[in-house]
Amino acid sequence: MTRLRTYFRLLVGALVLGFVVSVTAPVAAQQVNPTASAVKEEQLLNALRGGGAIDGRVSIPDQRSGTLIQPEGQAWRAFHQGTLLWVGGIAILGMLIVLVIFYLTRGMVMIKAGRSGRTIVRFNSFERFIHWMTATCWIILAISGLNITFGKSLLLPILGPDAFAAWSQWAKYSHNYLSFPFTIGVVVILLIWIAGNIPNKTDVNWVSEGGGLLDSSKHPPAYRFNAGQKMVYWIVVLGGAAMAITGYIMMFPFYVTDMAGMQTTQMLHSIVAMLFVAAMLAHIYIGTMGMEGAFEAMGTGTVDENWAKEHHALWLEEERTRTGPAQGQRQPAATPAE
Amino acid sequence: MARMKFLCDADRCIECNACVTACKNEHEVPWGINRRRVVTLNDGKPGERSISMACMHCTDAPCAAVCPVNCFYTTADAVVLHSKDLCIGCGYCFYACPFGAPQYPRVGNFGSRGKMDKCTFCAGGPEADGSKEEFEKYGSNRLAEGKLPLCAEMCSTKSLLAGDGEIIAQIYKERVVKRGYTSGAWGWKTAYRESIAT
Repeated sequence: MTRLRTYFRLLVGALVLGFVVSVTAPVAAQQVNPTASAVKEEQLLNALRGGGAIDGRVSIPDQRSGTLIQPEGQAWRAFHQGTLLWVGGIAILGMLIVLVIFYLTRGMVMIKAGRSGRTIVRFNSFERFIHWMTATCWIILAISGLNITFGKSLLLPILGPDAFAAWSQWAKYSHNYLSFPFTIGVVVILLIWIAGNIPNKTDVNWVSEGGGLLDSSKHPPAYRFNAGQKMVYWIVVLGGAAMAITGYIMMFPFYVTDMAGMQTTQMLHSIVAMLFVAAMLAHIYIGTMGMEGAFEAMGTGTVDENWAKEHHALWLEEERTRTGPAQGQRQPAATPAE
Repeated sequence: MARMKFLCDADRCIECNACVTACKNEHEVPWGINRRRVVTLNDGKPGERSISMACMHCTDAPCAAVCPVNCFYTTADAVVLHSKDLCIGCGYCFYACPFGAPQYPRVGNFGSRGKMDKCTFCAGGPEADGSKEEFEKYGSNRLAEGKLPLCAEMCSTKSLLAGDGEIIAQIYKERVVKRGYTSGAWGWKTAYRESIAT
């Protein structure tokens, strides 16, 4: 091959190549779609369906900002501004209405035989202290908690935005801080009274006679705690535990769970709270205005023997056998704490 | 009256984070708070897309709906703002926001959040426009000066558009027509019930 020929071949080759490229390239360019493998809207919609979130990569250290969209927020919003208001409203107002009707029809449950003037000790000072510490905390927790759900509808129009925000701020602080003595109280209550709150046959009988709530002639016997009180005990212990656990998860946000977990935790906390409030309204009612001779059990720690005979006959028997029959003391109206 | 919106053209976003930096600097946003962030989907794979996300200034804002103290308000330009004086730091707005816009400085005990902070569309807060108090709490108020949000102004590829919805839609439409291929604006099908051929 002469050099001239080599050059000639190279030239022809280059021209052919150039020709081929120039003819096909524009066609190829028209056929290339730069976004062909891009994420399609359909894919993203499918990811979102069923409450999923769309996540990506971020260069920010807080990896939670990698979530582009979390549609479950809308579902949670619908719960908090819809479902919860209904559940809470019906539970609490419903219970209040039931209690009002009960009081108007049945009235205060009186001691049939009248007061004997002799009393026996029902709760010692430690038990009373724990009860009142837990109860006071509960009341403040309930009010501050209900403020989050209902405050802006009920209180904000009355107080105005600045006062209401200031009140809500302090309510939130007290809610967070008082959770600790409340939780301790619930744990202690669990321990000191669990022995007397195990359900047994007497409770079945008590329930079957309606606890004497509706029929004033009935006085089903009970030990130290009747079936109604045992229900309150377990509501307090289990409900209180649920509130404490969900509450602390919320107080340390995203420490143990993700967004979906936090939303679920809040939903549980609020629903249990509404039911808890409704139940405690009944407990407060029966322990104060619902029954003559009931409050002093937790107030002074001693109860009238006739009250004990009518409502906790089996307990009274046990106490008498334990301490001896002549132990009942004549008590003046106010007794010093033991 | 203008209806303010953001639009991030995901076909143009190059993840330079100029919007993030501009916002941080302009409003002197404290450490740990990210009013605006750039999220990259399918990172490293074909069809990688980046989107700049901050507050979407929703019409029926979920954050406003769940706030226990009603600290949110919507301006005449449809910008969603809030009052840090009323905010109690409960964190509910973050649970409700689909876009993760609310941020908290996390000052205080336990997981205590402090006052919520978020993108203001460079429109400040309830304090007097351009005042020192407004700047300290919410950052600068560009809208009151007749300017648009700085994130969109600083965007290197003009993928992030901010301003009146009608005008933005017009710009975007011209773009899509000119470049001849798909809209990178997700939500098109959801909003307009028509699919875009890619």
